[in-house]
Parts: sequence; C-alpha cells; structure tokens
Amino acid sequence: MSAQTDKRKPYLRPIRGWWKRDSYYIRYLAMEATSILIALYALILLFGLLRLGQGEAAFNGWLETLRSPLSVGLHSLLLLVFAYHSYSWFKVMPKTLPAIYWRGAKLPQPMITRIGVAAAVTINLLVIVVLAGMQS
Amino acid sequence: MKRSNEPVFWALFGAGGMLSALTGVALVFVTGIGVPLALLLSPELMSYPNMLAFAQHWFGKLVIFSVIALFLWHATLRILLLLHDFGIRAGPASALIGNGLALLCTLAAAYLLLALGF
Repeated sequence: MSAQTDKRKPYLRPIRGWWKRDSYYIRYLAMEATSILIALYALILLFGLLRLGQGEAAFNGWLETLRSPLSVGLHSLLLLVFAYHSYSWFKVMPKTLPAIYWRGAKLPQPMITRIGVAAAVTINLLVIVVLAGMQS
Repeated sequence: MKRSNEPVFWALFGAGGMLSALTGVALVFVTGIGVPLALLLSPELMSYPNMLAFAQHWFGKLVIFSVIALFLWHATLRILLLLHDFGIRAGPASALIGNGLALLCTLAAAYLLLALGF
C-alpha cells in the first residue's frame, strides 16, 4: 500500500474479473470480506453505547431493535462470518509468523492452526458459559 | 528514507483480528441472539442498570473500548485492501478516509465511555 511517487501516469494492468480465475482467490476474498461485517458489528455496539449514554428509554429502544427478526437474522449471519474469520485467521497465522521450534523440531503449520482454533473454541465457550451462569 | 506509519496500522489490524478471532463468536451470540431471544442467557444480563454499571467500571470500559476500536481498525485495513483489489488503489485519499473514519469512531467510543463516568 505504498503511494505512487513518480509523477508520470502509471500503467495499470486491467484487473477486472481476476478473482474468478482460481477458487483460492474466492476463498481469499471471502476472508477479506468478513471485515465488512465485522465493521458493521462494531458500529452496532458503538450505537448501543451511544444509546446507553442517552438514558434508560433510549437504551431499551436499542435492546428492542435487537429483538427484531431482522436483527436476529443479521446476527445469525454475523455468527457465521465471525466463525469463518476465526478459522481463516488461524489458517493464515502460521504463514505470517516466524518459524516456531518445539523440542528441536519446527512446529508444523497445521499444528499452529489447530492450536489457534482450539484456543478460539475454548475462549468463546468459556465466555458464553460464564455469562450463562450469571442468571441474576 | 521516510519513516513509514504502516506498522502502527498493521499492529492494530493484528490486535483486532486476534481479539475478534478469540471472542467474536461469543460476543455476537451474547448481544445479538442469546440475550434478545433469552436463549441460554438471561435478558437481565444486558438490562439498562447492568450495562450502565458495566460501562462505568474501568474494566467494563476497557472491554467495550477494545472491542469497538480494535474490531474497527482491523476491519478498516482489510476493507482498504479489498478496495485495492477491486481497482480503488491504495493512496493518501482512500487511506485518509478509511483511517479517518476509524479514528473518528475510536474517539467517539472513548468520549461516550468517559461521559458515562466512573
């Protein structure tokens, strides 16, 4: 993502339709596209925070919106998107890390992915179980 | 050589990616499905008094701020890459708009949390 410093008009190779050439590109785009919905979820929470600051009636309105079928449907989609993000994050992680050595041998890439996914499943379940236990 | 500011954005990208990979599914389930539908979770969990108390506690503030800000910085970098891949080339303009919006939302979250008091 470096900026063009040459003042001459650069030659831009046409790129239309590149992603259809290989299923790997489609998986890459699916991974990148999760970011749009992750941003949307962050904005939903930011809006909730804004409503919280506006008092009880405003916040209850936000909670009411969360109960609408449209919102529940959207969050079901978000659930799948976050799960895919989590999987793809740890799938790519070994390629972005320097080699890790364990007992003199290089830790194989699939092992790093498995450890990451296991950590994600554990932490997510832990959060839900702890909150489910808080039935006040 | 001019010092690059890119490591900062990549660090925020990585932190947000990791946080959302580890907790995103649970957060979406709690705020978007479990609490609204009273599925496994008590709707009281996110009642106004409970959420106000959570957002007034320093730890609650830290959680809310980290989730909103880091998720947004993570998403912004990827959205810029995605635009680049579809022909909107990364440059000062797209970076300024993308990072500017993320910064604006980060400051808004910080302001709202501080305004709720301790």
